[in-house]
Parts: sequence; structure tokens; C-alpha cells
Amino acid sequence: MQLNALPKSPTRPLTLPLAGRPHPFRRFSRRLIPLLSLGLLLLGWQVVTMLELYPAFIIPSPAAVLEKAIEVTGDGRLWLHASTTLAAVLSGLAVGVLAALALGYAIAKSVLLETVLSPVIVALQSTPVVAYAPLLIIWFGSGLTSKIVTGALIVFFPMLINTVVGIRGVPSDLRDLLRSMEATRWQTFVKLEVPAAMPVLLSGLKISATLAVIGAVVGEFVSANAGLGFLINLARSQYDTPLVIVAVLTLTVMARLLYGTATWFERRALAWRARGR
Amino acid sequence: MSARITASELAAAYQTPDGDTLPALGPVSFHVEAGSFVCLLGPSGCGKSTLIRLLAGLQRPSRGQALLDNHVIMQPSRRVGLMFQDANLMPWRTVLDNLTLPLEVAGVPKDERLAAARALLPALGLADFEAAYPGALSGGMAQRVALGRVLIQKPDALLLDEPFGALDAMTRERISLDLMDMWERQRQTVLMVTHDIHEAALLADRVLVFSRRPGRIAADIRVTLPRPRRLEDTYGAAFGQIAGQVRAAISRT
Ligand SMILES: Nc1ncnc2c1ncn2[C@@H]1O[C@H](COP(=O)(O)OP(=O)(O)O)[C@@H](O)[C@H]1O
Ligand SMILES: [Mg+2]
Repeated sequence: MQLNALPKSPTRPLTLPLAGRPHPFRRFSRRLIPLLSLGLLLLGWQVVTMLELYPAFIIPSPAAVLEKAIEVTGDGRLWLHASTTLAAVLSGLAVGVLAALALGYAIAKSVLLETVLSPVIVALQSTPVVAYAPLLIIWFGSGLTSKIVTGALIVFFPMLINTVVGIRGVPSDLRDLLRSMEATRWQTFVKLEVPAAMPVLLSGLKISATLAVIGAVVGEFVSANAGLGFLINLARSQYDTPLVIVAVLTLTVMARLLYGTATWFERRALAWRARGR
Repeated sequence: MSARITASELAAAYQTPDGDTLPALGPVSFHVEAGSFVCLLGPSGCGKSTLIRLLAGLQRPSRGQALLDNHVIMQPSRRVGLMFQDANLMPWRTVLDNLTLPLEVAGVPKDERLAAARALLPALGLADFEAAYPGALSGGMAQRVALGRVLIQKPDALLLDEPFGALDAMTRERISLDLMDMWERQRQTVLMVTHDIHEAALLADRVLVFSRRPGRIAADIRVTLPRPRRLEDTYGAAFGQIAGQVRAAISRT
């Protein structure tokens, strides 16, 4: 795939417009139904364990998992591993996003650069990060650095695409208008390119936020001495299935919180869209 | 202030994907006298937009020169204001902030730019809309904001490329009359591309009709109707005669 084979970037925002004020019942049910399905899931889980279809080390009961969660929260292990992973996630996200923004902007502006770089980028993207993660461990050791690199790499490509699409999608008539106002390059960047590309950049950030978690965990799976990925591996080798589940759920919460933060940020930055466009 | 626009043996060509050159315009030579209002008509694809881009300094000619007063146009200038068929507003800025954009780019202090924009709002019929976002505006209102945005930088010349071409007949008539009013007070030089004979004859001092691509001047018709003009003038015989002349010139292209 060539970068320029991408769909001609939309100048309209990609996300759906905010819905109008929902009907009171719908608003109520929208909050209730997710809780209900979660409850059903828990109930099903409880029933399966009560029927003792599987031994407890394969499917532990919800109570056992809760107990384990309280235990590892109390002795500080969960926080230790979660904060290690979170640090890797946030750094990987920052590095990957910033690199993608810088390179994406340059590629959007230069056909030559696109031609030179796209084979490398596409090759990199087509190879699963998990496959070359061991290589990264060899190069960068089993500490934070290699986790940041795996996270950054996994975040990089989607963010790069969104940057290229966003910057290329800046309406050329608006560019011409700014030229006719004798705007400097910097003014064009700040007053036109950044805000015009913002909707596409922010949807890239949302995707990246969840991918960064995957990246960090991949790094921890391959080799690490701390972090939730490491904890999962360790607990599995000790048949401590409740701990595996606790660590997985912590990752779920972490990814969800990151996504939520990105969505919140998007809503604030694009508030103008809700006020009619 | 107003500036004289000159095209001297001006021609433009584009490169086709197969490497051929496609002549798009000219060569044409003409003057737009300082402070006059000239309308340009011609078949679609004859190079009208290309001419506007050359005069705006957005594109280099393949031959000849474009001049503003006696200076060769080499790059865009604040002295020349531009307007296209689409309003091209920034959807993330309010009406007020869209209006002040050119002043912001020029480094005018904030209170001055706001004062200038607020002074323009009533004449544009946008008095109650300064805090609105473009998404909430009708096509006509958006184009009024675009008109205000180009007038606020007090250009010496205006290049308008079918500015009202996307509006319905009634809206375009009202907005073109408003443009005429504002022009009669300021007397910038105006070169306006239009495909509306009626609009051209009502607004212009002179109507240029271009031939098919590559566009050249096929007719140069003076509109001698007295000013200030009003919509009622268009029912008169003198107006009808000029409109007929323009129509005849177009059908010969
Ligand atoms: N950027 C471009 N690249 C190649 N050809 C172009 C480009 N812009 C315009 N043309 C061609 O030049 C001719 C004149 O175009 P244009 O100036 O837009 O005409 P008009 O505005 O009178 O309709 C057309 O044949 C058009 O296809
Ligand atoms: Mg055109």
C-alpha cells in the first residue's frame, strides 16, 4: 500500500456529530443497559463456577478474583506493576505520537519524502510488532526503553496516516486565502493547518491511546521484570489465575481511562462542532 | 486608495499528466482602471479562475506580466483581496474571528481588529451573528462574512471569482447590491468573474467577455448607465440594450 493511495482526506470531521438531547427514557436506559450486561456477565461467571464445570485454577470464582484484587492492592503490588506499565504506555504514546506528527507533517508537505520513506514505513507497518519485539529487547534491554519503543512503534503508523491525511486535507482555497493575506509559514501552521487537521489528528490520538497499552504489554510479555504484562506471565506460570484476571482487568480499565481522556480532550478541542457547522 | 490592474501579454499553461502543455489563458492584455468595477464573463474552462490566480500572485504566468499599478505581481499582496465561490470560512472560528483573520495575520492589535470587525457587521447584515459559528450560517450569510473578511483589510483591489455563483437568485441579487453600495463608498478597483449577465450589467463599468480556452478578450463592453444605480434601473431600455450586447458577445464565443 502506498501512502498516497489513501482516500483523499476528508475536510469534514470524521466523527459523528453530537446527537441532539436524547429522550429521557433513552438517556436513562443508555446508562442502565451497559450496567445490566456487565451484571449478566458476572452472574453467568458465578453460575459457571458454582456448577464446578471447570477446576478453580482454570475459571476462578468472581469472589476469588475480588479477594485477590484486594490482596494485591493492599500489599502495593498492583500499583507497582500498574504504574510501571502506565509509565511505559504514556511515554510510548508521547514518543510515537510526536514522532508521527513531525514526520507526518513533513511527508504531507513533500512528495519526495513520501516516495523515499513509504516503502520503509509500509514494511515496518506490515510486520507485527510482536514478531520483532525480541529484537528490540536485544537492542534496548529489558527495561523501560524497549517498552517505550514497542509502544511508540505500534502507535506510530496510524498516527502518521492521520497526520498526513489531516494536513493534506486542509482546503487549498483557505491556503490561498492565507497566502493572499501574506501569512507567514508559522501563521499558516498555527492558524490554519493545526486547527483544520485537528479533528483527524484527535481521532488518531484516540486510536493511539489504546494501541499504546498493547505496545507496552507486548514489550512486557517478551521480557521485563515489572509491569502488568510481566505480572500476567508470572501469575500464569504459578497457576495463579485470579491474579491473571486482576491484571487483565486493570489493563482494561487503564485503556478505557486513556480512551476516555482522549475523548474528553477531543470534545473540548472541537467544541465548535457542537455549536453548529 | 485603489490600484490599477494591468495584464500585459499575459498567458498561462498547465502541464498535463502526459507531459503536454495545455494553454489555459491568453495571451491577454488589458487594464482595469483604478477605482473601476469590471466584470469578466466567459465560457466555463476558458481560464477566468486562472487569470484571477495570476493577478493575485498565487501562480506564475507562462508568458507576459501582471501588474498592480506599475509593479510586476510576483507574489500575493495584502493590497489585493480575494474571494471565491465558496465562502471558505474557518469553521472553528466565530463570525467575528473569521472577520478579523486578515488583521490578525497583519499583526493589528486585538482591540483595533475587534472594533473594525464590529463596525462592518451592520452593513453586512450580520449584526446579531458575531458569536455564531459558520456551521450555523446560511450560504448567503457565509458569503457575507467572506465579503467582510476581504473588505476589512482595506484592499486597493478586489479579485472576486464567481463570489455569488453558489447562491440562489434572490440572495445573490441582494448581496450584489450590497457589494455595489460598499464599493460606491470605497471605490476599490474590482475585477469580478461572474456568469450572470444581469449581475454584470448592473454592477460593472465595463464587461469583458472571454473566448473559449485559451481565453482571450472577445468583447469589451462599456456600461454607461449612470451611478448610483438601483435595481429598478434594470427594467429600463438602456440596461436592456447593454445586457443584450453582452449576451450577443457571449453567444459569438
Ligand atoms: N491546476 C490545474 N492543473 C491543470 N489544469 C488546470 C488547472 N487549473 C485549471 N486547469 C485547466 O485550465 C483551464 C482553465 O481553467 P479555469 O481557469 O479554472 O477556467 P474557468 O475559471 O474559466 O472555468 C481548464 O481547461 C482547466 O481544466
Ligand atoms: Mg472558475
